[in-house]
This record gives sequence, C-alpha cells and structure tokens, in this order.
Amino acid sequence: MIPQQEPDFNLNHLKLYYGKLFPFADLVRWVSYGNDGKHPGCDQSYIGRREFSFTLENDIYLRFQSFHNALELENSIKEKTPVKIDIGPVYTVDPAKRNAYAQSGDNNVFAPVERELIFDIDMSDYDDVRYCCSGADVCLVCWPLMTIAIKVIDTALRDDFGFKHILWVYSGRRGVHCWVCDGKARRLTNEQRGAIADYFRVYKGNENSHKKVSLMGAALHPFLATSYTNVLKNYFEKNLLTGQNLLATEERYEKILDMIPDESIASELRGRWQDSRRSSSAKEDINVVRWEQCKQLLQSGKHKAQGLRRCIEEIVFCFTYPRLDMEVSKHMNHLLKAPFCVHPKTGRVCVPIDPKRCEEFDPTTVPTLSQLIEELNYEGSRADADGESNRTSLGNAITLFRSSFLQPLLKACKEEIENSYNLKLQQSKNSLGW
Amino acid sequence: MEIVRPQNRRNLLSSSNEAVSAPTIPLYRSAPPLEVRLEDFESFAIDRLRVLKGISDGMSRGKKAEEMENLVKDLWKVNMRHQEATQVLNKDIISHFVLRLVYCRTEDLRKWFLSMETALFRYRFRLLNAEAQRTVMEEFDLPYRAVSNVEFESIKEKLGQVARSMGQPSPTADAIFYKVPFEEVPELVAGRRVFINQGYAYVAMNQIVSLVATQFRSQLSKALILTNRKWTSSIREQEKHRLTPIVEALSSSYLGPDYSQSREYADISLKDIDQVAKSSFPLCMRHLFDKLKEDHHLKHGGRMQLGLFLKGVGLNLDDALAFWRSEFSKKVGLEKFEKQYAYNIRHNYGKEGKRTDYTPYSCQKIISSTPGAGDHHGCPYRHFSEENLRAALSGMGVNSQAMEDVMDKVRNRHYQLACTLTFEALHGMPCDAGINHPNQYFSDSQKILKPKKDSSA
Repeated sequence: MIPQQEPDFNLNHLKLYYGKLFPFADLVRWVSYGNDGKHPGCDQSYIGRREFSFTLENDIYLRFQSFHNALELENSIKEKTPVKIDIGPVYTVDPAKRNAYAQSGDNNVFAPVERELIFDIDMSDYDDVRYCCSGADVCLVCWPLMTIAIKVIDTALRDDFGFKHILWVYSGRRGVHCWVCDGKARRLTNEQRGAIADYFRVYKGNENSHKKVSLMGAALHPFLATSYTNVLKNYFEKNLLTGQNLLATEERYEKILDMIPDESIASELRGRWQDSRRSSSAKEDINVVRWEQCKQLLQSGKHKAQGLRRCIEEIVFCFTYPRLDMEVSKHMNHLLKAPFCVHPKTGRVCVPIDPKRCEEFDPTTVPTLSQLIEELNYEGSRADADGESNRTSLGNAITLFRSSFLQPLLKACKEEIENSYNLKLQQSKNSLGW
Repeated sequence: MEIVRPQNRRNLLSSSNEAVSAPTIPLYRSAPPLEVRLEDFESFAIDRLRVLKGISDGMSRGKKAEEMENLVKDLWKVNMRHQEATQVLNKDIISHFVLRLVYCRTEDLRKWFLSMETALFRYRFRLLNAEAQRTVMEEFDLPYRAVSNVEFESIKEKLGQVARSMGQPSPTADAIFYKVPFEEVPELVAGRRVFINQGYAYVAMNQIVSLVATQFRSQLSKALILTNRKWTSSIREQEKHRLTPIVEALSSSYLGPDYSQSREYADISLKDIDQVAKSSFPLCMRHLFDKLKEDHHLKHGGRMQLGLFLKGVGLNLDDALAFWRSEFSKKVGLEKFEKQYAYNIRHNYGKEGKRTDYTPYSCQKIISSTPGAGDHHGCPYRHFSEENLRAALSGMGVNSQAMEDVMDKVRNRHYQLACTLTFEALHGMPCDAGINHPNQYFSDSQKILKPKKDSSA
C-alpha cells in the first residue's frame, strides 16, 4: 500500500521543486498548441486565454489566472507555490479580464471555446469490486483495474474516434487522468463530449437498482466485443479473479451469484461451492475452479436461453470495465490537475503513463517530492547546474512526455496552422482574382 | 414577416397554391415574406405551444420512440390544422417564428424550445415516406456520400454486430450507409447505435433522422442567438405596445412556475427540516435527504438535485451552508467541506462564479437524468428496482393497495403519475394538477398540512 502520509511534503521542498525541476516550458509549449511560434498563422492571444487555477496552502483557491508565456507562469508559480495547479479551458477572452467584458452587457462574451477532451478515473469508484483496499488507497493488487481502463479507453479513442494525441497521467494517488489533445477533440461541444462519455458507459443504475452492467441484444457492440476479448476477459481470468479472490468466500461468491438471473443455476452453483471446501484439491486455485464451473453451467447448451447468454460477459464487465467520472468529461469548463503537480497527500509527482506499456506502470515507485529533493541535493554537490531534472528520477518522466506526446503533437499543430493559413491565403487570393 | 393589425384584413398570401400540400417539412431557414394578422400571431403560437408542451410531457413520462411518434402525429393533427388547406403550411411557419421570438429571450427558454422543436422535427421526419425524407436531406445539402460496395464488404461484419446488438437483423448488401464524422451524430454515438472507425460513424438509412435532427438543432440554435440579439437591440423597444406584451405573456403562461424564488422564503428553517422532510418531501428528495444523513455525503448529482430543491423550499444560504456543513463535516471534515463544497453551494445561490441564480430541477429533468454507481439522484420511480421502490414507499407509509396502483403506473412508465398517487395516498387528498415539480409536491403538501396545524394550535 502506498503510505498515506509523506512526512516531508513541505512548502520548502515544493518551492525547490518548482524552482529546479518543474517543466514549465514543456507545459506551456503543450497548451500553446503551436501558437507560440513565429508563423503568421499563429494565434498570439491563444495561450493568454487559457485558464489556470491554483490552490494555495491555506486552501485559498485562485481561479481564472492567465499567462502570456512560460516565464509569466513560472514566475507566478514560484511566487505563490501552489500545492495544486489546475488547467481549465481556453476562453473567448482573457479569463483574468472576464469581469471587464461582462460589464459590456452582452453576457455571451465570456465563454469557453476550446478544451481538451478529458477523462478522470478514480479507484474509489471501484470499491464494490476490490477487496484489497478501499477509498483513497491503492495497491498493486487493484492497480490492474487502472491498467484495464487505460487500455480500453486509449484503444477506443485511437481506433474508433481516430484521435492521436493522447496523454495519460497518474493522478498522484488513486487514479489516472487522460487528456485528448487533437484539434478536433479540443473543439468538441459539450453535447459531443457527452456522447463520447456515454459511448464508454456500460454501468446502468446503482445500488438503488438491480444490475450494474446490462448487456442486451444478440451481439455486443464491436467496441465492447473488442474490449472484452482483447482486455477484459484476460485480466479478469488471469489477474483479478485470483488477485482479488473474487470467489473465495461465501460473501464474495454470493455477489456474483446475485448477478445470475436464473435462480436454479445460482442455487446449483451455491450448493456445489458450499460443499467444495471438503472436496477441493489443493492444487488448483479455488477461484479458478469455481469460475470454470460457473462458465460451464451458464454457457452449456441447455442454458443458452435469452437473458443468460450475456451473463458471463456481464459479470466480467462488472468487475473490470472502466468507471469514468462522467461529469468531468461532459463539460468544457471542468478543471483538471496539471501533469507534474505533486500530490500533497502522497508527495508523488503526477507523471505521464505510456499507454503502450501501461501494464509496467507501478504507482508505488513513482518519484516522490522528498526523493527528488534528496537526489537534487546529491547531484547539487557535483556542481552541475545544467538540466537538473535529467539527473533525477523525474528525467524519465519528462523524456516520456516529450518523446511520446509533445513532439508528435507539436508537429501536427504546426502542420494544422500552416494548412489553415495557406487555405485562408488561397481564399483571399481567389476573391481578388477576377 | 410582417404583422398587420386586425382591422387591416387583406387577402393573405395569394400565391400559395404550390405550397398547399407540401409533402415535406419546412426548415424555417428565414422568416417568410408573409403578412400575419395580430390575432393569428397569438393563436397560431398558442396552438404550436400546445404541441410542444405535449411533447415535453410525453418525454418526461419516458415514452418510447414509437409512442412519441403517435403522440406527435395526434398533437399535430389536433392543434395545427387550419380550415383553409392553403394556410396549413403558413400556420406551421408563422407559429414557429412567433415562438422563436418568444423563446429566444433567456438561456432556459432557448434550451426548452430547442429541444422541443428538435423533437417535433424528428418525429415529423420519421413520419415522412422515404422519398420525402430524401428531399429534406437534400435541402440540408449534407456533403455525405453513401458507403461504396467495396467498403461495405470490408466492414459488413461490424455493421452486423451493431445491428444485432440493437436486436435488428444484419444489413443486406443493398443497405445504404452514410459515412459521417462521429461529431455529427452524437445521439447515435452515445447509444452505441453505430459502428465507429477512425473518427467516422456508419449511419444506416433508418438512422438518418439523427443526422438531420442534429443539423436542424444546430441551425436553430444559432438562429435563436441571432433572434435574441435582434430582440434586445430593436424589436422589444419597437414593439413595446403591440407584440412585446404578447411575446412576454406567451412564455410564462405555459412553462409553469420554476420555483426559483421561493415565495415563502425563509419559511423553513434548519430546525424544522427533519420533520418537514418526513412530511412533505417527494420520494426523490426524501431518499437523498436520508442518504445524506446516513452517509454524510452525496455525489455531485445528488448535491445539485437536493441543494436546489432546498433552495426552492426556502432554505436561505446561511442555513443551507450550515445544513450541508453539519453532514459533510462528519465524513470529510470541516476543512475539506469549506474548501471543496461550500463554493458550490454559494454557486447554486448565485453568489459565486457566473452569479446565476440556479433553478430547482423539474420532474422532467430529474427523470431524464442518468445516475451511475454511487449516485442517489434521479427519480426513484424510474431509477429504482421494483424491490427497492416498494421498500422505499412502505418506508414512507404508503399502504399496500395504493402501492399496487403506484407500481402499476411505474410499469407503464408514468413516473409523475406514480408520484402523484403517492402524494394522494400520503395526504388523503386528491392532487388534480398532478406532480410536475418536486417543489410543487412540497408546496402542495404544505398547503394541506399547514392549516391543520394552525387550527389545532
């Protein structure tokens, strides 16, 4: 388990972190989307219309901060030492001056116009399907749930929706954040964002109603079918079933029996499992044995009736499928914590996660603030001031951010800016050439 | 559109012969060059409002697409006919443009009008034959081509999977699919009713309605903003003595009270709240209230639904803060409450952020919400399992006879009627108007309970 209290998360360390390690330039290059260049097609006002918001140590919340370049952001953060930095949308006008515009009478002037499509997945939403820990705690036994979420959502964002520039970030404690940064994604309306979020939604109802996952119809939608065969099924059977001991005790298997709509099958399984303690051989894992029995009974020829057909899938989905915080994704003006922040409760840095190798990510070895400061002190004695982050364990995280996300993104942004500029040029030429 | 006074009776729209039996639906792109009599201006608008109101009621009862289709057909037939056949199309167009003026004036009005007009358009489109549908599509001038045979063959299997997932047969080789950017068909994406690949959705011919409805909606949405500008900049002042009073009366007469300003402000205080919750909260609020007391926490949807309701009931900001603080601080601590939640409560009361005074949720909004894991908001009649609903109702004191009546309404998806029956069973009094708003439930309940108390005192 990740220790809850990082003894030396303190403001002096955070100051040092912002002073020496925090990648301001990378962050600003990212959210500028190429508009910080010299090309005549660049929108020079773009970065200044982006909302940042800071949470200071005494829970003072500063919203609608705006900056014109990396240096301004850096100076402000170094001065204020926020314990949390959030990134908001790009507005029609500089958010710091919104009140001046509001007084002009037309209340439509100040509105969000661009925002990354974002997803927030939080382990505390999985409390009814993990037995290792609960609430804000995570451990290596339940972390695979996050790995599954990244795999399923990342694949669909790329293959189904055609997005390319996707950043996954560890939230510092109990979950992951996702930023979809393609131009098309940033300009989606709230309705379109809601549609994508709903596309990913399979959980209907809650503890006030029966089913958690309901899969109807004679086939699964291709997205669900692909997720099931490529990710969910394997993780359920090879990892979570035994890792979480999903069928080991009566209380736990009752939960799964509850999901079988056919009472006679459920009671047959219950009968077998209540006796099985005596007869089971020690060789095989009890969870695996029971799951095989469950599958065999539900999928045998005579039970292929309506309603039962999807039961195995429903159980697997219920215990594995990603649970998104829908509200975060549906609205443009939702704030989300910036990458490379330090989580004040754990001291861990919100580092990027490579979706291609997300199964290797280990939240318990993410660099902490105190560890970084220690490394910095050690390196400092070598009197090499150049590129300090490279000398600490933050270096890998920043390298990953640049190589797998920032560089391809900026290349695409540059092309987009040039293309739309040329198009505009062409149009104005055409209108002149009579 | 030009509006003429009643005394100025002229033969209106002489050259209307070609428009007599237009087999299609007007797209209301620009105001027609017609003259309208002042009394028609109002009466046409009222007739159309009856249609839109009927649609709104149907949707809040959770009617299915086919039922909505029949409902719209009937509503249209009853309200939108005209004794002169030549005038039917004109009435359609005129009434739309009048209501556009009426409903352009605030964000809430625009939102309501936009969804009702889009729903109307959608079901009218579904009622057209294939040829007429294609005509409407052409009028939108959509740049989408049908998928070629080669491409169809390559994705045939996936398209079949999607169809079967909706309980439909797999498409045959002569089926027509359009390949459109997924952003153009949000509702098909949201329901996973299309195959999506590399940013494109494959829309079947019988789903085209979603595509055109989205187009219709986005065009109308833009038009409403423009109309609003015109209204505030000139029309309102110019028509001060003639149209403005009509326009302003039309919207308020049909929307029902929004309970944003509680008339009995500060009528309910913190010490009474437990008792009042028991006697006069509808089930949806009672459930949230009980869960809050039990868990000392509610997720966002629940905080909004209950918080705004309490505001409408008359809990002032200070009491509201005290109320939420006393519960939340037991779970998250005082500090975290002040930091994370107090802002939102002040926000609801228009004291932070945009400073909009938010209005309590109506039944329609609550019924159409989609509570997820860990959520407790929504309409219990719709979102609870039968078992849980029965338990909740008997917890409120509904007897077994009334319970069966309530469950009967629930099964037929008449959630508001189910709530009305609950109200009647608990209060022993009829509720003829029916329940349309949780705050109406509350105030009707108080009206019944309060006098009794006064007389006994």
